[in-house]
Amino acid sequence: MTVSNILMVGVGGQGIILASNIFTAATMYAGFDTKKSEIHGMSQRGGSVFSHIRYGQEVFSPVIPEGGAHFVFSLELMEPLRWLDFVNRETVLVSSDKRINPANVDTYPDGVAAELKRIFSTIQIVDVKKLQSKIASATFLNVALLGVLSGFLDLPLPAWETAIGETVPRGTFDKNWSAFTHGRTLSDGATEKRSDTGVIGDKGRAPDRG
Amino acid sequence: MLAHGSGCTICVMKRQLLSGNEAIARGAWEAGVHVGTGYPGTPSTEILEALKDYPEVYTEWSVNEKVALEVGIGASLAGGRTLVTMKHVGVNVAADPLFTISYIGVKGGLVIVSADDPAMHSSQNEQDNRNYAHAARMPMLEPADSQEARDFTRIAFELSEKYDVPFLLRSTTRISHARSIVSVAERAAPGRPAGFYRNIRKFVMIPAYARLRHVAVEERMEAIARDADELSLNRIEEGSGGIGFVTSGVVYQYVREAFPDAPILKLGMVYPLPENLIRTFAKSVETVVVAEELDSFFESRIRAMGIPVRGKEFYPRLGELSPGRVRAPLVRAGLIPATDGGEAPTAPAITVPPRPPALCPGCPHRTVFGLLHELGMKVTGDIGCYTLGALPPFSAMDTCVDMGASIGVAQGIEVAEGDAYKRDTVAVIGDSTFAHSGITGLINAAYNGRESFVIVLDNGTTAMTGMQPNPFSGTRISGEGAFALDYGKLAEAVGIDRERFRTVDAYSKEEVERAVRELATLDKLKLLVVKGPCVILRRKQKKEAS
Repeated sequence: MTVSNILMVGVGGQGIILASNIFTAATMYAGFDTKKSEIHGMSQRGGSVFSHIRYGQEVFSPVIPEGGAHFVFSLELMEPLRWLDFVNRETVLVSSDKRINPANVDTYPDGVAAELKRIFSTIQIVDVKKLQSKIASATFLNVALLGVLSGFLDLPLPAWETAIGETVPRGTFDKNWSAFTHGRTLSDGATEKRSDTGVIGDKGRAPDRG
Repeated sequence: MLAHGSGCTICVMKRQLLSGNEAIARGAWEAGVHVGTGYPGTPSTEILEALKDYPEVYTEWSVNEKVALEVGIGASLAGGRTLVTMKHVGVNVAADPLFTISYIGVKGGLVIVSADDPAMHSSQNEQDNRNYAHAARMPMLEPADSQEARDFTRIAFELSEKYDVPFLLRSTTRISHARSIVSVAERAAPGRPAGFYRNIRKFVMIPAYARLRHVAVEERMEAIARDADELSLNRIEEGSGGIGFVTSGVVYQYVREAFPDAPILKLGMVYPLPENLIRTFAKSVETVVVAEELDSFFESRIRAMGIPVRGKEFYPRLGELSPGRVRAPLVRAGLIPATDGGEAPTAPAITVPPRPPALCPGCPHRTVFGLLHELGMKVTGDIGCYTLGALPPFSAMDTCVDMGASIGVAQGIEVAEGDAYKRDTVAVIGDSTFAHSGITGLINAAYNGRESFVIVLDNGTTAMTGMQPNPFSGTRISGEGAFALDYGKLAEAVGIDRERFRTVDAYSKEEVERAVRELATLDKLKLLVVKGPCVILRRKQKKEAS
């Protein structure tokens, strides 16, 4: 009955929708029931963007229940603080350290990183400048960060590969895949015992496929 | 890439990950739909955008929802299966033909999608369009995920022809913009539409014939209501516990999530209601709770059947529900016990500045709103990205009502102020909105001798909903070239002389400023077109070119 809940957030234009499309497809190819919910329209004009992904044996609500996120994935540093209604003591945060001021705000708030560390017991904040120097261009940062997140999860690599192949624009697979796999090597999750994340457990072992 | 072998999930299953909107398009295509029309509007837009990619189907962005439905009616009466799509407020625009096509009925199946937006993620109101089903005497289906969106669309075409009535299909943002796995099939071989044949007493709604048809309408609704008890789209899911839920759409998913073991009556057809099925369900549980977003649509009707139910005493008439919002009020009321682990959400110890949407950097609308802010004019606004001109730093919009309202509202201000009117009001409207229903307002101003100053912000696209072409863009939904409406000739046609019609470059602050200042002082009707392509569109076009 376990359903895994991933809340993906960022700022309009950063590529949250593409990243969440890849993720959702990967969960389907790993053999799970899966649902994703997001808001289009106004939020694309530089506003906060969010996408809920839920996968498991059978998923009902496309929206993550309050306090139910296993992971928050963010492409911007302060954005996770907007969504604490979905967070619990065990929620894992994977976030970019990218700081984007909202329109009409000149100073980025102080103490965001410290606050995130206080709230999230497991946290990986990725230095995007460093990451960007290792991948083709900033365009692929969203997919590289998805690679970091993937290290925390038990989805088989071929499912990610297929999902990226069918989701990204034609001709960009190689660059996206290399960004993803590089991100994956940086993941703290990869060095942890997978079962310690307490998310998927033995049900997450994906069926073999050719 | 993956080597697809035998047993590979991707290869053996006809399963696709589809949004609710894509699933509606898929279902329509499978049902053999011939024609798809609509006007863009969140959260409905992607239905037609997905349908246009099926080569067997004719699709068009119509000039507005009323015309979209009228084209749809003609296509249906000529025997074509037809899908018409719009957002909830679009149905208001299409309401005139909607109420009468209910009398006329269909030849080819006619399915009208109303995509509602509870919580107003991208809308000016959160009206509950289930009310239209009752008001227009039309059945309505409501899917609860992408699979049902595909299934129900197919079924709606069949039922539309079976009962000789257009079917409404209601979606909400959380269905339209959610993705889930859908089992799909191939397209039924539909054959060519039979063509239009005369049937004056059925198709010409003069009073004498309409009175006869109204009898047929009421008989039909009674028949559908009787059949609804047996309809597989309405189902009872057995469970345990004293509380049984009546629900539909995405709220069904929230109820399943929050109360995995509870008995549920899931309504797939939300109008007319299956009275006997509801009675049977109510008898099987101690308490019936109706879980529905927005209006008390089910609850009022079920109570009118003499069946005691509870619902709106727990759930708000505003906004969206969620698993938590479905559960918490029942815990508070003591109907179900609280579960442990309900930890209160952590509040951040620092202030997180809000991140409201804003006009994009480099947006051509920025110049105009900067200027209108400086000039301090009264600005009657309209619907589109440029409504963001109402927010700081511009704060340069004073009204926003509905599509095209800017031009009519400006006239009303002028009329009511009378002698005190100081030519300090300007109507601001986008190109697509102007074509949709601004032009009629302009004609009204000309006809009634107003001095209105109308500014059209032409960014070459319907940007808010994701770059759809419109009658001013010179292309159609398919991308092929099209006639583009000529502002100059339009101005001439409504009697605006040369001095009072200007086209300026949105990126030239001087040009825009000179034109606004000069035109504002003149008497009579004035039209200023501020032209500058949408920055997102330009970026997209550059990408496609490279």
